[in-house]
Amino acid sequence: MSTQRATAPSAEGLAAGTVVGSAEYHLDRGCLVRYAGASGDFNEIHYRDDIAAAVGLPGVLAHGMLTMGIAVQPVVEWLGDPARLLSYQVRFTRPVVVDPADGARLSVEAVVGAVDVGVREARIDLTVRAAGQAVLGKAQVRVKLA
Amino acid sequence: MNADLLLGRSYPPTEPYLVGREKVREFARAVFSTDPLSLDPAAARAAGFADVVAPPTFGVLLQELTLRQLLADPEVGIELSHLVHGEQAFALARPIVAGDELTAAMTITGVRELGGNTMVTADTVVTDAAGEHVLTATSTLVVRGEAAA
Repeated sequence: MSTQRATAPSAEGLAAGTVVGSAEYHLDRGCLVRYAGASGDFNEIHYRDDIAAAVGLPGVLAHGMLTMGIAVQPVVEWLGDPARLLSYQVRFTRPVVVDPADGARLSVEAVVGAVDVGVREARIDLTVRAAGQAVLGKAQVRVKLA
Repeated sequence: MNADLLLGRSYPPTEPYLVGREKVREFARAVFSTDPLSLDPAAARAAGFADVVAPPTFGVLLQELTLRQLLADPEVGIELSHLVHGEQAFALARPIVAGDELTAAMTITGVRELGGNTMVTADTVVTDAAGEHVLTATSTLVVRGEAAA
């Protein structure tokens, strides 16, 4: 069933520090409602200002899993083959506050952290920022190379 | 919350979850995917998949089902309002494809106290209809202590 596409990145062409993808995303409240429906996570702190305030949050927050889901997209585009994505992990270190009018802007940069030519795998490190500050820690993707 | 009961606690596999094509596309759009394999059945078939391919974090839907088992366990007594998602990991044996029928089984693999909070690590193992391993989702939940809540 699985395929190895001809465009898959090769281990030989990669070195630590190489940027493999970067992107910016604009999140508005509609994006949070859409993700709530898609994922089944209807925690009210992701769409109600009054509830968010009542539990001491600075505002309505993006789902951590939405940020995680978006952040890997530049790697998905670069790989071209979902079967080459072996593992993905993040720490949620800072909440993403989504303003009712202005939303929030996420920036993602995906950089090669390490390459293992022997097993043809690489670790891709993601830097994800909102309002200039990192929101994910130790965000790493392991990928299989050609 | 009764932390002593948590370590090693496990729950029976969830009812089979049938992965739908439109659910995959809905999830893909929600995470800003532009991958034709997730959005276009013809592109997915041309690449050798039976149907559209779910984005890497789609397994959270299965994890959500097991989390509900944990939250519904009266002996453990975790309240949703005290929960914060600390860490998340996915170990992916193969991509999820529309048409897959998946079940998920959760085991609590770690419990530790940290600054008045309890860090609970849960492994959710997802298998397909043939019993083959599809992914393991590992979630670390921070259960805020009464004083901090």
